[in-house]
Amino acid sequence: MSTWQETLVVDATVCDGHGVCSELFPEHISVDPWGFPIVDDEAITPALHEHAERAVASCPKHALHLVGRRC
Amino acid sequence: MSTSTLPHAGQSATTEAGMRLLSGITGTHPAAGLPAHLGQWGKLNLRQPGPTILRELEASGLVGHGGAWFPVSTKWRSVVSGSRRRPVVVANGAEGEPLSRKDAFLLTRAPHLVLDGLSVAAHVLRAHQAIAYVPGSRLDGVNAAIMERHELGLDPVDIVAVEAPDRFLAGQESAVVNALSRRAAIPSFVDLRSIRERGVAGRPTLVQNVETLAHVALIARFGADWFRSVGTSRSPGTILLTVSGRWERPMILEGELGSPMRTVLALSRSDLDGFGGALLGGYGGGWVTMPTLYDLVLTEDSARQAGSSLGAGIASLLPRTVCPLSEMADVVRYMEGQGAGQCGPCVHGLASLADEMATLAFGSPRRGDHVERILALCTLVDGRGACRHPDGVARYVRSGLTVFAEEAKSHLRHGPCALTRTPDAITPNRRVSRYVEERHS
Repeated sequence: MSTWQETLVVDATVCDGHGVCSELFPEHISVDPWGFPIVDDEAITPALHEHAERAVASCPKHALHLVGRRC
Repeated sequence: MSTSTLPHAGQSATTEAGMRLLSGITGTHPAAGLPAHLGQWGKLNLRQPGPTILRELEASGLVGHGGAWFPVSTKWRSVVSGSRRRPVVVANGAEGEPLSRKDAFLLTRAPHLVLDGLSVAAHVLRAHQAIAYVPGSRLDGVNAAIMERHELGLDPVDIVAVEAPDRFLAGQESAVVNALSRRAAIPSFVDLRSIRERGVAGRPTLVQNVETLAHVALIARFGADWFRSVGTSRSPGTILLTVSGRWERPMILEGELGSPMRTVLALSRSDLDGFGGALLGGYGGGWVTMPTLYDLVLTEDSARQAGSSLGAGIASLLPRTVCPLSEMADVVRYMEGQGAGQCGPCVHGLASLADEMATLAFGSPRRGDHVERILALCTLVDGRGACRHPDGVARYVRSGLTVFAEEAKSHLRHGPCALTRTPDAITPNRRVSRYVEERHS
């Protein structure tokens, strides 16, 4: 049976490393030494879905995306 | 560039019968004109229905020879099914990798084979437009070939030649689409499947390497069984290789897939001492030790098992007379400069990697954990760009520090070695033949 999973993806071509996302959602986003987000590829649990959405909505460059896929 | 500055076509190290794309090409003869091409291969039969040709391509097992090794029929089908709009087909001759010359060679010496393949793609995919995306140095030759074909009405759609910039990333699939859409020839943050649905001018787009198209031209003539009559069942056919460092000048070889690498490169055990290691797949590829190279077979599977890749068909042997760490430091600096400058982790990460590699090679690293810090930087950049540029550099550095671990240790302990030279900027046009020039100077 297939399930629906969500993960975070950064468009590194537009990300400027503001760092808002990692502050709002440290559960899945850390920062590298240059201030750019490192997003893990773990699935976002339903409990954290709203946090993920808030991080996505807060990115000033619209570089963060929540991607759903069937797996 | 005149033909004399190009490497020579090598005698195939397998057999004369194993020569396909390069058969009939010898010495420094100029490009075969259309009459010679038709005399050698006959006319392409584009009356065969597209689906028939596509089934032959699938049965042939042909994969892309631009470096990705993706099955050709799968790619074409995804373009066919992607949209109702008629697609754009592109022959990708932007060979940005300085250690590769096979595409330029093919465009110079057998342009009609490449254009035949593009014509097959245009026919099968019912293309709206066909584009040959080639370096400036090949533009006149390709345009002359296109004119010859136009007079005979050979192609289902007119082919247009467009100049590819001389940059490492200019041939990356999304960069090609950007270049042909009048944007900068740098990669985008896209799923490559989406290019097959919406690429150049919003049309579904096929971007296929020029050597791959040359194989397509022969499969369309002689069929899948003919194609599979050489090579192995998993890796059928032949591949063009650019081999540097091995002989006095770089060579373009055509090798039968599955042949022993030692046969292809004409290596005997006694040759092994002369080289410190070999780079497969170019600057985004991976280093292997000479004993590993000696035991490899010429397949992508075999190269991947050894932690490397054949990439676009590149084997570069490093003579023992060259300090591997100086070489690596130059390459990482070059790759830093060849980034598109879009992605923060790649911009900052490759700059740091280049600095640390330069310190290891040319300076006196003060800390014992210098190599570990370089490896940590590799982990930090790997997979963090919109394209695979940083991943390739990470693989290059990791594999190099494994193959040349002893040299790295010695640099850490004693500083630069007797072979260390000063940093040297890599210029793509000279690079492929550099080691041998050094050996003979």
